[in-house]
Amino acid sequence: MSSFLAITNPNAARRLFLGRSGLLLSGAAVALLAGRDVLAAKSGGSAAGDARILNTALGAELEAIAAYQLGAESGLLQKPVLDLAVQFQGHHKAHADLLAKTVQKLGGKAVSAKKKYDFPAESLKSQADVLRFAATLEQGAVSAYLGAVPLFDNRDLSKAAASILGDEAMHWAVLRNALGENPVPDAFVS
Amino acid sequence: MRRSALAVALALVAGSAGAKGDPARGEQLYARCAACHALAYDRVGPHHCGLIGRKAGTVAGFDYSPAMKKSGIVWTARTLNRFLADPARLVPGTTMTYAGIPDPKERADLIAYLEAAATSPQCRK
Repeated sequence: MSSFLAITNPNAARRLFLGRSGLLLSGAAVALLAGRDVLAAKSGGSAAGDARILNTALGAELEAIAAYQLGAESGLLQKPVLDLAVQFQGHHKAHADLLAKTVQKLGGKAVSAKKKYDFPAESLKSQADVLRFAATLEQGAVSAYLGAVPLFDNRDLSKAAASILGDEAMHWAVLRNALGENPVPDAFVS
Repeated sequence: MRRSALAVALALVAGSAGAKGDPARGEQLYARCAACHALAYDRVGPHHCGLIGRKAGTVAGFDYSPAMKKSGIVWTARTLNRFLADPARLVPGTTMTYAGIPDPKERADLIAYLEAAATSPQCRK
């Protein structure tokens, strides 16, 4: 397996990075699905609390999907940035699908996407505006998952949330890099 | 229900906003809220323009948790300080499923930003 660090061509490195970033969610999905019997057996307040946390995350994922759709349809993104946005949207769809299924396994009712989202579309006038908007959402998502990880009663769900956090942190870093900003400005996220 | 309302009331009385915050630093911290909140429009969470002085759970058209609607909280620097420290502790059942901000200075900075944002162009539209 080739090393990401050994690749000097940025485009090749990005292709490799993008190809592998889906592996993180796959790992979480496997962990969750493997624990389905445990999840199904849980009941009462702890399962309801975990489902509430997941539903809040699901709401944010559904909004992120809509936001990337707005960006993709804006006509402001050029390839390969457009491909990047579509790929990131695909990750959010995978997150949302997994979260919704898990909420249902916990006995909850998964939230649905809103019919309409209030995005600041009038302020998106360039590719950089769209990237900055997406980066803001991804940064917030990282913080939201970080704030959710310690709250789960089921530690498998904490692990899954941490896996999604890692994926969205990579989105944030790539978007910052595309904007010409330091992709990883700090040693810690908060 | 009466007991939980009393617990909320006591927690609010005991809370303190502490030191005066730095709104510029608070604006940076507000990035943590950006998965769910915006100043001027509702998202997964309600908008923050007009937050200070607003009764919790009362933004028209926003789908709050029953817990938030019944909390009886009015958002002030003091109540926000308590809530942001540990949302689920102050309002059990809130859908703001976030562990909280343990650092009092960070909370003060964030609250200072939310207070200052009330007069921002985004909130004056």
